[in-house]
Amino acid sequence: MIFLNGEPRERAGATISELLVELGVEARARGVAVAVDGEVVPRAEWDARRVNEGERVEALSAMQGG
Amino acid sequence: MSTEQIPVTDTPFEVAGRTLRSRLILGTGGFKRLETLAEAIRATRAELVTIALRRIDPQARGSLTDVLDECGVELLPNTAGCFTARDAVVTARLAREAFGTDWVKLEVIGDDRTLLPDAPELLLAAEELVADGFTVLPYTNDAPILARRLEDVGCAAVMPLGSPIGSGMGIRNPYNISLIVERANVPVILDAGVGTASDAALAMELGCDGVLCASAIARAHDPVAMAHAIRAAVEAGRLARGAGRIPRRLHAEASTPDEGLADLTPPVR
Repeated sequence: MIFLNGEPRERAGATISELLVELGVEARARGVAVAVDGEVVPRAEWDARRVNEGERVEALSAMQGG
Repeated sequence: MSTEQIPVTDTPFEVAGRTLRSRLILGTGGFKRLETLAEAIRATRAELVTIALRRIDPQARGSLTDVLDECGVELLPNTAGCFTARDAVVTARLAREAFGTDWVKLEVIGDDRTLLPDAPELLLAAEELVADGFTVLPYTNDAPILARRLEDVGCAAVMPLGSPIGSGMGIRNPYNISLIVERANVPVILDAGVGTASDAALAMELGCDGVLCASAIARAHDPVAMAHAIRAAVEAGRLARGAGRIPRRLHAEASTPDEGLADLTPPVR
């Protein structure tokens, strides 16, 4: 079990890129950033970085604000 | 004199070595439709607009970044919603990843009710982000000493509030804004509190280098008309500041000379 934007998912072992596709984000999309357990995962690592059991993934994109 | 000529006669507005033609920075929050946002951007002639990062919404319609790209504006990511220096620093780093800019509008707020900056956390975050190579534009209290401390740790500008975010209460302490302006060696950008055009004009008359405005435009009954109004107000206030206002006096001073005043006394019979 991992947490993707706060929701539990049975996706331990998936890469960041795979999770983004499941969120409907095209690979390498501009305006997207990812953190795992509160640390930034650079874009260059999205294909290789696998999400481990219990980790919290925050997948963010541009939103109107301030 | 047309407003188009103003930038020619004025000194350029420079932040961290970048020259901005417009002294009005637009916040993108609060616009109900992306089309209205795009029209408002054109009306303000803003070159720099703020943007936030939030969880990806698979249901989201229309791409904000596409709209902003079409408008030809530069992005100024914010750290809105962060309550700690750590959260703000990580958010700034995420924004750098997402948007490829090291500019950040740094917000570290103290509570939900006032959305006022948390000074110690703000200063901590500013210091860390400057060390990490960011161009930091902090949203700060209207506190002259805090503004000085932010400048001292290397912020590229200081952005004091006129009043709380979204309150539309204008500039509650113009005296403090003047004190900040008087001493600052970096641009001072009034951020938050503008409710209508006169507030933006006052900010510029007090000597601010620019104004950042979101809610006053986005939540106006007619956002595009208000965008025009506030753009004109920023230019008017800037002109007035340069022109030098007359001193305030307690009593009247006639503008028509007394010399040569006709004697209209009727003859005594």
